[in-house]
Amino acid sequence: MEPILKARGLTKRYGKVTALNDCDFELMPGEILAVIGDNGAGKSTLIKAISGAVVPDEGQIWLDGQEVAFRTPIEARAAGIETVYQTLAMSPALSIADNMFMGRELRAPGIMGSLFRKLDRPRMEKFAREKLTELGLMTIQNINQAVETLSGGQRQGVAVARAAAFGSKVVILDEPTAALGVKESRRVLELIRDVKNRGIPIILISHNMPHVFEIADRIHIHRLGRRLCVIKPQDYSMSDAVAFMTGAKLPEGVTEVA
Amino acid sequence: MSNDARSVSGSYEAGLKGAAEAVAEFHEPESALKKLQHWLHQTPSAVPMIVLVVALLVFGALADNFFKAGTLSTILQQIAIVGILGCAQTIVVLTAGIDLSVGAIAVFSSVLMGQITFRYGVPAELSIVIGLILGTAMGALNGILIARLRLPPFIVTLGTWQILLAANFIYSANETIRSSDIAEQAAALQFWGYSINPGGVKILYAVFLMIALVAIMAYVLRHTAWGRHVYATGDDPAAAELAGVPTKKVLVQVYALAGLFCAIAGWVMIGRFGSVSPTASTGQLGNIQSITAVVIGGISLFGGRGSIVGMFFGALIVGVFEMGLRLVGTDPQWTFFLIGALIIFAVAVDQWIRKVAG
Repeated sequence: MEPILKARGLTKRYGKVTALNDCDFELMPGEILAVIGDNGAGKSTLIKAISGAVVPDEGQIWLDGQEVAFRTPIEARAAGIETVYQTLAMSPALSIADNMFMGRELRAPGIMGSLFRKLDRPRMEKFAREKLTELGLMTIQNINQAVETLSGGQRQGVAVARAAAFGSKVVILDEPTAALGVKESRRVLELIRDVKNRGIPIILISHNMPHVFEIADRIHIHRLGRRLCVIKPQDYSMSDAVAFMTGAKLPEGVTEVA
Repeated sequence: MSNDARSVSGSYEAGLKGAAEAVAEFHEPESALKKLQHWLHQTPSAVPMIVLVVALLVFGALADNFFKAGTLSTILQQIAIVGILGCAQTIVVLTAGIDLSVGAIAVFSSVLMGQITFRYGVPAELSIVIGLILGTAMGALNGILIARLRLPPFIVTLGTWQILLAANFIYSANETIRSSDIAEQAAALQFWGYSINPGGVKILYAVFLMIALVAIMAYVLRHTAWGRHVYATGDDPAAAELAGVPTKKVLVQVYALAGLFCAIAGWVMIGRFGSVSPTASTGQLGNIQSITAVVIGGISLFGGRGSIVGMFFGALIVGVFEMGLRLVGTDPQWTFFLIGALIIFAVAVDQWIRKVAG
């Protein structure tokens, strides 16, 4: 099977600091790939390079076999890569529907849309409601409710729903449970599984080992700016993974000290 | 997914068993005060509307001739310029900015329209178009300095206020164009000073223009993608940018459009005052008056919240206070006293409404 998203030799330097050092990356169709690494290992730079937020100095990226070179997150989004940022990137005072369509609003049919630029609110609201229902988020009563009136878990849910609704190729989730309580985390993990069941591959960046081991199909361990190894969660324990990513231990078959 | 891994993570969550299953449910607020807070959160122009109605009732009871059509049309006439400047100020404040140069752009634009007509013999209609374009350019300059160079709006517009007002005096050589000359040779400049008089009540064209601009902007801000982008840019610019809103472009467009509104206000000034004067008080007071209307109208100075209809109510409140207190016969200083109190009240209410999130 061909990877849906593949990167070779990604390098990114910030002055003297090399954040990404000849890094490879692969995401297979339909899988949840967790990316773990110690602070400063360069995993967020890797994700930014894939989502268009950072332009790598060297290296190539292929999406669905086609070479791509994103200069902005908007370009990556247009290609079907959606990112849920840790900050969620939502406007608190605006409604759920407005937020879901921010930057890609639907316009009303006919002259009202073409000349008067009127938004097609009914269609946007219907779509938003459908997407939230699909992901079992209909405890949210009112689609026109301001996002700031939602709880942390609900907001995360709306952000995941937005990404799942528009991410046709890949969904990237940056620390989706970091700010959530235990119960809310559980709900978001279920959401992620729902998205996977709909056939969309997911890249999950997380520090939460139990979550990673529970939900990931494969785990990309990032160390010192590059991929150290990719493991399957059933083959290793959490403490092994932590040992790999901190350099306390080397995985079998990896001889090079990164 | 491996079941082993599941049980591993399951173990630390075992304590959850028996806890409520519902996650992140939204409960309607119970107390009346909470309900009021929520209602105001969704209807930001409600507070100024209530204040306006109360003010109308109070002055109607205190002054016999308050509820005459003539009085009310005079109030509208007096807020026409502030209302149009308020449209400019509203879109800027919605982006969490502030525009101190609105009055200066208005006065300079009116002077340009007049001088281009009388100094160079350009037809008045064309001068008006040139004046509107130059006003837009002045606004765009603000926008470029703020969006591209990332300078704070307060500082940029504090600077352009002084620069434009000085340029206005230098260019016009402090010369006023007389009303009678304009009426004779360039009547188009005074267009908005004309009126219809149904039943003897004088209503200036300027009043219709102000109401039309407020209505158009209310539509644009509420029902177009651009309007939503203005709100998103003011609410959280970083989030808006990541969500795909071209925030810098939006900012430049907002300040340019504000410049256009100011130039329109400059044109209206010629109609209202008759003459073209570089020393018109709007140059110094326009910004304070428009900010007052915006703040009393419940638009948050932190950006992203409020409605332009609220600004209209805010301008009306100021007009009603001025007229009402004059009819009652008090010291006119009470107007400013009360407006000041109202500003503080409005901002306090805004802070309280914003807490709905917490």
